[in-house]
Amino acid sequence: MSYLQIRHLSARLVGAKDRLLRDVSLTVERGQVHGLVGESGAGKSMIGKAVLGILPQSVEIVEGSIELDGVDLLQLSAAERRRRIGAHCALIPQDPLTALNPSRRIGPQITDRLVQILGWDRTRAETRAVQILGEVQIEDAARVLRSYPHELSGGMRQRILIASAFAAEPKLIVADEPTTALDVTVQKQILKLIAQMQARHGTALLFVTHDLGVVSKVCRSLSVLYGGMVVEDTAVRPFFAGPQHPYARALLAATPKYTDPLASLQPVPDAVIAQVRQEVKASDKGWFHV
Amino acid sequence: MAEGRGQITRRAGLRLWLAGLWLTALVLAALLAPWIAPKDPLAQDLFLGRLPPFWVAGAEPGFLLGTDSLGRDVLSRILYGARIALVVAVVAGSLTCLIGATLGLLAGFLRGWVDTVISRLIEIWMAFPPVLFSILLIAVIGPGLSSIIIAIVVIDWTRFARVVRAEAMAQGAMDYVASAQVAGRRRGSTMWVEILPNVLPTIVVLLTLEMGIAVIVEAILSFVNLSISTDDPTWGGMIAEGRSSIHHAWWVIVFPLITLFLTVLSFSQLGEGLKDRFDPVLR
Amino acid sequence: MPPHGYSPSGAVLNEWARGDLAVTGQMQLFGRFLVRLMTTAITLLGVAVIVFVVIRVVPGNPIAMMLPPGATEADIATLTALYGLDKSIFQQFVIWAGGVLQGDFGMSITTRQPVLALVMGRLPATLELSVMALVMAVFLGGAAALGGTLRRGTRTEGAIDVGAGMALSVPDFLWGLVLILIFGVLWPVFHISGRVTPSLDLPFSSNFYLFESLLRFRFDLWADIVSHMFLPALALAIPLAAIIAQLLKQSLKETMHLDYVTLARTKGYSEIHVITREALPNAILPTLTLVGVQFTFLIGGTVIIERLFSYEGLGNMAIDAVINRDLPLIQGIVILFAVIFTGVNLLVDLSYALLNPRLRHG
Repeated sequence: MSYLQIRHLSARLVGAKDRLLRDVSLTVERGQVHGLVGESGAGKSMIGKAVLGILPQSVEIVEGSIELDGVDLLQLSAAERRRRIGAHCALIPQDPLTALNPSRRIGPQITDRLVQILGWDRTRAETRAVQILGEVQIEDAARVLRSYPHELSGGMRQRILIASAFAAEPKLIVADEPTTALDVTVQKQILKLIAQMQARHGTALLFVTHDLGVVSKVCRSLSVLYGGMVVEDTAVRPFFAGPQHPYARALLAATPKYTDPLASLQPVPDAVIAQVRQEVKASDKGWFHV
Repeated sequence: MAEGRGQITRRAGLRLWLAGLWLTALVLAALLAPWIAPKDPLAQDLFLGRLPPFWVAGAEPGFLLGTDSLGRDVLSRILYGARIALVVAVVAGSLTCLIGATLGLLAGFLRGWVDTVISRLIEIWMAFPPVLFSILLIAVIGPGLSSIIIAIVVIDWTRFARVVRAEAMAQGAMDYVASAQVAGRRRGSTMWVEILPNVLPTIVVLLTLEMGIAVIVEAILSFVNLSISTDDPTWGGMIAEGRSSIHHAWWVIVFPLITLFLTVLSFSQLGEGLKDRFDPVLR
Repeated sequence: MPPHGYSPSGAVLNEWARGDLAVTGQMQLFGRFLVRLMTTAITLLGVAVIVFVVIRVVPGNPIAMMLPPGATEADIATLTALYGLDKSIFQQFVIWAGGVLQGDFGMSITTRQPVLALVMGRLPATLELSVMALVMAVFLGGAAALGGTLRRGTRTEGAIDVGAGMALSVPDFLWGLVLILIFGVLWPVFHISGRVTPSLDLPFSSNFYLFESLLRFRFDLWADIVSHMFLPALALAIPLAAIIAQLLKQSLKETMHLDYVTLARTKGYSEIHVITREALPNAILPTLTLVGVQFTFLIGGTVIIERLFSYEGLGNMAIDAVINRDLPLIQGIVILFAVIFTGVNLLVDLSYALLNPRLRHG
């Protein structure tokens, strides 16, 4: 059963001709992890933002649908969409250093939404906050909840953000490059933590990353993006066995392997780039007249 | 986005043009007042007191914007008032600029005890209520055009000194100043040759703003009846006179007020426009 | 906007303030406060000296200034001795300053009452006017900033920008005149003169009329007082409201792009909630600092605004004192203004330290 279903989604800068997202379709199954892979600028973060309704004002969606549990978010009123997303989705942001409000204590940053959006009473929300911090292996939860963000380390803050995302038992979490801003040593732990939390809570996860190695570890299926277009959409196992699309194949060849980290890496060949560009262009045919 | 930005620039340009247009008209009015003013601005005629402007019933031909309680022509007084306003704006503005900018430049570039003294002075000056200070000065020096100018210079030099000091400091920390020093330029000459040209845009903008402020200060002092003589046509004096008859002769206050309003607005829009053109280190 | 160069944006100010103060421990904070206190004392001394010297040194016999034209030499001599003006300026200053330190500001020449009592009698009127103007400015400016942020990128925001630009370009004196014309004459809904309708019977025991009328549940009097204060307070508030609107909107818009605000958006909060709860607390610090400084300008503006609206406050009394050559009274009022200005600045510094969590828990 699919939980998130994106169909033919196209987006562009307001007033511009070129599309940033080109006819994107993808599905995230209930309780499954779907990877969204591409180079920077491929539009992978843009998709996550579109799902959560936080696209910049300069970007507009021109066609397509984003169905959450069978309801097209784009057909809802802004307020209704916001409520639905707030109740069922969450975001694990990229940079833990900037994603917590510096002037507020950690506690309310986790509990406020439980109380104000989901209507829990405050005691229940606070108990939940302590419990969920325990799940991400934060020992002295009481002290952390009373702290301000600047008093905590980066790894600690990322744990808090993960805990906060899972606190309301959302059905879908978008993880936007959650390990990119972290030290390599911390990356592994955080990745493992996300995977554990996802498995325990059975949450569907849209995992945005540029790292195929990460995808191979946590995802069940994946979409490869180039120029805002999905060039390959498949399950993880067949993909790593042998990708269909030449660009996906080249991308895989450019990724270091854990089994053989010293094997020589191939940059994506120019010919492949040229081919995928052609396809992107072809997808634009007839589109300007819409 | 890009479109919106273009629009804003265009609008700012329009405002700059309107401001320039009004100020040009004002300069012309001031220069040509003796030829274009329909009446003698000082001529009183109690039988012609409080005549309304031309479109209101009871108006007399020749008094386009009506007359005040002493029967003086409002339009002519506004035109002559432009002379005083502009003289104050230009002379007081330039002198304030010269003194304030020099002190600010010295404090910001030389630092050390010079900066300490000037900064302390600025702090003391900032603790004075400016309007009261100017009224006090005029009361002590005695009324008159030169007194107004002196009062404005004495009070407002800190506006220039504060900003120019901060900017001279910022410029002084830049590499090009250090390299000029290394190249053997003397400190004094570094200040004039390296720092001043970079601070100049700021100074020009502040000067424009100061001219508007000078016009207002003159009007305020005339309003408090301390400016020049009560007979001389000043906008502030006209407004003070109009304030007392506001219920039965609105035109006596409205026309000089509109003129003053537009003039002050124009000076400051001109300043804002220039600020956008130059580097925006102000505020 | 130019493509390059430093602009003193909200975020930059914020960063500067944090960086500057965050390294300062609490002991250092206390030390800094002591230094501020000392420089404040020096500033006040400087103000006192300057007023003193300006009144006495500039050409013109101060006693002749006091007396009506036609006074005899003997009159002048008597008065000179009476006010101690036959002594040297330095001696006069020492005597005066000694008195001030004991709370004696001398006697007013025109009313023959102690300066301190006169000044303190008028101070409440000016304080009420200033605070009301400040409240109006914060309310108007804050609403404009929030509205502009909520509707950013639309015509509404453009209109707010243009309005704020206009409001800022024209000083309080002119706004006062415009308001008198509009709400005093064209559409006379407010009083344009005085502090309270003279025929009313005032049961007050203090001069804080606005405050006391509320305490005594005399809402009829309160309404009358507000109706008198409204226009002068609004005239004082307009330029400050414009400054608040501009700066707060700029810092809000910068804050709205930050990650934690985006994260809050995904949590289902309404846009207005996101702005007020998440962005505002972080965007407000630079505005707060600025408002403190600008508030002293606002208080300085009461002098002419009180005159314009015949409002019986300190500023109006000051202008009368100047016109009547009442030297002790002028000195007293100027010193009091200086005390208020420097006091407000000190308070701003303190509240800044208290409001910044990084400082509280540094």
